[in-house]
Amino acid sequence: MYNKRTIIPGLAIFVVFVTFPLWFNAFSTASPTPKPELPPGGEKQCVAPASEMRASHMQLLNEWRDEVLRDGDRQLVTVDGKQYGRGLQLACMQCHTSKEKFCDSCHEYASVKPYCWDCHLSPEEEALKKETL
Amino acid sequence: MDKQRRKFLKIAGATALAGISAPAVVKLTSSSAMASSGHGAAVTEDAHKAVSHGAEEVPTTVRFGMVVDMRKFYGKPELLDKAIDACRKVHNIPQIDNKKSEIKWIWKAPFENVFPEHSGYHSSNIKEDNDFLVLCNHCDEPPCVRVCPTKATFRLPNGIVAMDFHRCIGCRFCMMGCPYGARSFNWENPRPYIKEYNPDFPTRMRGVVEKCNFCGERIALGKEPACLEAVKGSGAIFFGDLNDPESEIRKVLEQENTIQRKPSLGTKPSVFYIV
Repeated sequence: MYNKRTIIPGLAIFVVFVTFPLWFNAFSTASPTPKPELPPGGEKQCVAPASEMRASHMQLLNEWRDEVLRDGDRQLVTVDGKQYGRGLQLACMQCHTSKEKFCDSCHEYASVKPYCWDCHLSPEEEALKKETL
Repeated sequence: MDKQRRKFLKIAGATALAGISAPAVVKLTSSSAMASSGHGAAVTEDAHKAVSHGAEEVPTTVRFGMVVDMRKFYGKPELLDKAIDACRKVHNIPQIDNKKSEIKWIWKAPFENVFPEHSGYHSSNIKEDNDFLVLCNHCDEPPCVRVCPTKATFRLPNGIVAMDFHRCIGCRFCMMGCPYGARSFNWENPRPYIKEYNPDFPTRMRGVVEKCNFCGERIALGKEPACLEAVKGSGAIFFGDLNDPESEIRKVLEQENTIQRKPSLGTKPSVFYIV
């Protein structure tokens, strides 16, 4: 092989350069994987298994929305003897009592901006103007 | 040669005649058929109208309605405010003191605005001295639903004209369509104007239209509409199924002389007034 001395180090430098994002990410702490806060109340059971909720909670929320609003079907969901109203404020935020520590942790990491909170009240927001009864 | 030409002319003439007369024949034969089918359509249409007016057939679905007994409210504006405040609290309605931006689900208005068709010369002082309770009429033929381009507002099987705020694009066609002014537009973010939040109900965002939902979310839980609950002991508001002949509201409608807002528009309101 001609020019062995330059080609081999050159190749090595090239490979290191191309794979830079991979190994840099492995060692850096710039963007740690999000750790959404588990329900502070200690609830272990959600309306669906965690993996399913992680992957498709948005579809579930859309289905609930359409059933409740469009079909007027507001029947409670019963999972393991516990009843949930079908809705973000009625079900999710009853256990996950912090939008910032739960919802936002992943949404910000993935840079998704759901518009739920334009209208729906986060527990933090609710606490600002509590109903005085 | 001659013979062939003669034959050709004969056939050509016959064909031309047939061609000219064919449309007439087709018209004659089909017109009788069309007339009969048209008549048939008219008959079914009449039957359909009779059904929708509830003249003969008994409807099997639920149609929620309300009777407001204004006699109980005369001289008691605080009772009106009680009903209005209850709704405001339950539905996170902002209080904006500005005619253009205000949000109204249930509110009070003078008689001539509420019942322009019923205004009369030298009528009773009661009409002059008192405000009347107005809200969405949850019409049987809702014009707002017809004009909504996104189906954000629609009629539920139980007769409630509902809103899906997720779908509303804020075009305000429904506000044009509604002859009762029952719809309000969020010109600005409503949250700063909400005094206290009801955690079981969302707020709205800037750019959507909102209106009374007949407390659909409360009825589903077996509760009564918030305005009714607020004035409970007074017996001023009745709520129930208009299609159920045994319901309390039907009894009230049978016994009392009730009026509807702008009946001549044919929207068939589900809110009735005893004046």
